Amino acid sequence: MVQLKINGKPTRLDVDPNTPLLWAVRENAGLVGTKFGCGIAMCGACTVHVDGQPVRSCSTPLAEVEGAEITTIEGIKNPDGTLHAVQEAWIKHQVPQCGYCQSGQIMSAVALLRDTPNPSDDDIDAAMSGNVCRCGMYDRIRAAIKTAAKGA
Amino acid sequence: MTDAANTNVKKTKVKKEKKKGRWTRRGFIGAGLLAGGALVVGVAIRPGDRTGDLAKYVAGDGEHLLTAWVKIAEDNTITAIIPHGEMGQGIHTALSAMLAEEMDADWNALDIMEAPAEPDYANFPLVREFALGGKKPPGFVFDTLNGAFLGIAKKMNLQITGGSTSVRLTGKSAMQTAGAAARELIVAAAAKDWDVPEGELQTANSRVIHKASSRSAPYGQFAATAASMKPNLHPKLKSRKDYALMGTSLPRVDIPSKVDGTAEFGIDAQVEGMKVATVMAAPVHGERVASVNDADAKAVPGVLSVHNMGGYVAVVAEGYWPAKMGLDSLDVEFTTSAADAVSQETLFAQYAEALETGKRKTVHKGGNVAKGREGAAKIIEAEYAVPFLAHACMEPMNATAWVRDGKADIWCGTQNPLGTRAAVAESLEMDLDAVTLHTAFMGGGFGRRAIPDYALQAAALSKASGHPIKLIWSREETTQQDHFRPAVLGRFAAAVDDEGMPLTWESVFNHEGEPKEASDIIYGIPNKKVEVVDSPSHTRLGPWRSVDHTQHGYFTESFIEELAHNAGQDGYAYRRALLKGKPRFLKVLDAAAKLGKWDEALPDGQARGISIVESFATICAQVVTVDMSSGDPKVLHVACAADPGFAVNPDGFEAQMQSGIVYGLTAALYGEITLEDGAVAQSNFHDYEMLRMDQSPKIDTIILTSDAPLGGGGEPGTPPIAPALANAVFNATGKRVRKLPIRDLGTGAAS
Repeated sequence: MVQLKINGKPTRLDVDPNTPLLWAVRENAGLVGTKFGCGIAMCGACTVHVDGQPVRSCSTPLAEVEGAEITTIEGIKNPDGTLHAVQEAWIKHQVPQCGYCQSGQIMSAVALLRDTPNPSDDDIDAAMSGNVCRCGMYDRIRAAIKTAAKGA
Repeated sequence: MTDAANTNVKKTKVKKEKKKGRWTRRGFIGAGLLAGGALVVGVAIRPGDRTGDLAKYVAGDGEHLLTAWVKIAEDNTITAIIPHGEMGQGIHTALSAMLAEEMDADWNALDIMEAPAEPDYANFPLVREFALGGKKPPGFVFDTLNGAFLGIAKKMNLQITGGSTSVRLTGKSAMQTAGAAARELIVAAAAKDWDVPEGELQTANSRVIHKASSRSAPYGQFAATAASMKPNLHPKLKSRKDYALMGTSLPRVDIPSKVDGTAEFGIDAQVEGMKVATVMAAPVHGERVASVNDADAKAVPGVLSVHNMGGYVAVVAEGYWPAKMGLDSLDVEFTTSAADAVSQETLFAQYAEALETGKRKTVHKGGNVAKGREGAAKIIEAEYAVPFLAHACMEPMNATAWVRDGKADIWCGTQNPLGTRAAVAESLEMDLDAVTLHTAFMGGGFGRRAIPDYALQAAALSKASGHPIKLIWSREETTQQDHFRPAVLGRFAAAVDDEGMPLTWESVFNHEGEPKEASDIIYGIPNKKVEVVDSPSHTRLGPWRSVDHTQHGYFTESFIEELAHNAGQDGYAYRRALLKGKPRFLKVLDAAAKLGKWDEALPDGQARGISIVESFATICAQVVTVDMSSGDPKVLHVACAADPGFAVNPDGFEAQMQSGIVYGLTAALYGEITLEDGAVAQSNFHDYEMLRMDQSPKIDTIILTSDAPLGGGGEPGTPPIAPALANAVFNATGKRVRKLPIRDLGTGAAS
């Protein structure tokens, strides 16, 4: 039994504590917006926030996040239910193609902008290079981050 | 993308149906009234002979059920039914816009549905016809259209969602035609109901307007009357100047769900009582499981069962993690075969031998190369090689299946819904009707999801375990059990005159897939001979974004550059000379050169390279700016010019160019699947690397419009990038890249 908070909701998961957070979130908490990509923290599709920090949930055992606050793509809308500025910018720039990596991209971008409200290209490279987009939408991701930064 | 896409359905069923004789097909436009008063208008095929096997896929009571593309309900809800899967190419948006354009439908109120979600609108017969045919064009609608599309269709050898066909064929031939036919029917019905001449009626935003009497009414009001009327088989399509939706960058309808995590991909399927499976197939393709010791696996908490499925082993568990732990705990031995001795070196040695001694088949021919060589000042020769490539879709292969009570349900993302359904039915020995396929978004396709192997495994495991099964492949399995872009060795020779201009063009290579014209040249060279030898290996091959154009784009555009260099000309000028009399090509080439600032000086260590490739009826030229000052290629900028005839959704088309470029650049810089002891050596993103944000160039795209038929968008951005980069590397370093990826250049380049 592992206890944590997911998107603000106290959650008890009756799962082997060695299970990666990714699978607990997807299969036990039923939040499938977070995606499985590689299983070895090389692609970023599974990025969630643990106590505000972006982590690769596929390689984070549940035991390591006991008691932590987990935020997934389902939990980043504004309190009034409107889209986060990053999500709005993603739509404005028509970023997603297949869309599979985008939950992870958005989670990385949200964390970047919280820590660095006005990121340079180098900041964006550093924060976003752990997230692979196989559809190659890097130009649009970069532009959307800058738009979201301006709006923030 | 037909290459290997239909393997599973081809083997038996096609042959069976072919025996019935040649199908004569006639396209038609049908209209009918559905329960609830909705009008349905469809463009469909009509098999000339309904007595054969195919008849069972055809609704018995009316041809209008063959397929349908638009439904107009009495409450004026208009639903576009899209027969193609969404994998990020924006096809649901583009095709709906084509329909709405001709219908004068209210874009903002349009519902979009992916066929065949609803049985009444199943497009299976339509799609099946050309999926099963494999080598045949989609025979639908062509006699209502001009013959140009039939020509392309025949040439392109079509698949379902692939081959960049959706907009070109379905869009123009079916969606626009259906939209125009529906509008004409509604107008005719309104004229009848209101007793006014058709010529006095106008349409806009899903309403019919009669100005003279100040009347206006929604389309749905006329649905019932329209359904009783005969649709025009040759509806008049708008001319480009009158387009209101086509040619504008409509926001993609699938995007909102892709920013908040609600988009449902195959891997997100939920079925009550579902268990999770993962598998490992024989690492050497074609080998089988010899023995399995599952004692340790069965001891893993959560593991329910272990299955020896012949070609692979599977663990079924309560979740993916225990399944994976179980799989990792298995002790499996596989059979051996001669393929165990195959390595990358032996494979390319085999290809080289085949090029020397193999039986050659001529693919393209012009003039007389022997004669052409006679007047030559010099013969230039070069050999190029490209490796196997994995697709590396972000979403690992997966499918969910529930096989019970003589029927089966399958949930998955697929580029080939019909082929998948048929293959599942065949593998389970069920009638097609017993199998229901529920499609989902694809987390990348690129050709990989045209092959239904993962769905067959899910179905087999559901049957074997008795549970609904969600099968998820690991990234490692997804990499190693891919159907790869072929590894190809190509040899090129050209006889040139005193000026360095080519008199002949000769090439031979070891693999031929689709499309056939990929190995042909666009340049005006009087004598040419293009040949292929057969040199198969045990490795599974499949269509990879732009299919044969990836290797041939690189080969041709590298060799032409070598000829330019020999002639003492830059690649741009040399290509211009050889494209004389081809204004469309020249325009695209000039636009790319201008956008890429071809003539402007660059700092030391930087250089530009250029290339141009026509694929899927779109001409695309690119200028790459590379910085080689660190010894590794750093791509700074890509200028891309493309002429697809007309871009239905310009922003969507631009996104496809960007995507195709990054996809091709990733392959050019890093992409290589190698064989060791017959097995794939790479497994995950640490050894099969992806281009990332910090290495991604700025890409600028210019879209040119011409009178040419609509060209594809999903693939044409990919072929030009590798040669443009290789040519830029040469211009920066003097080192010619004759083998991809570029890290094999020997300059200490990207690793």
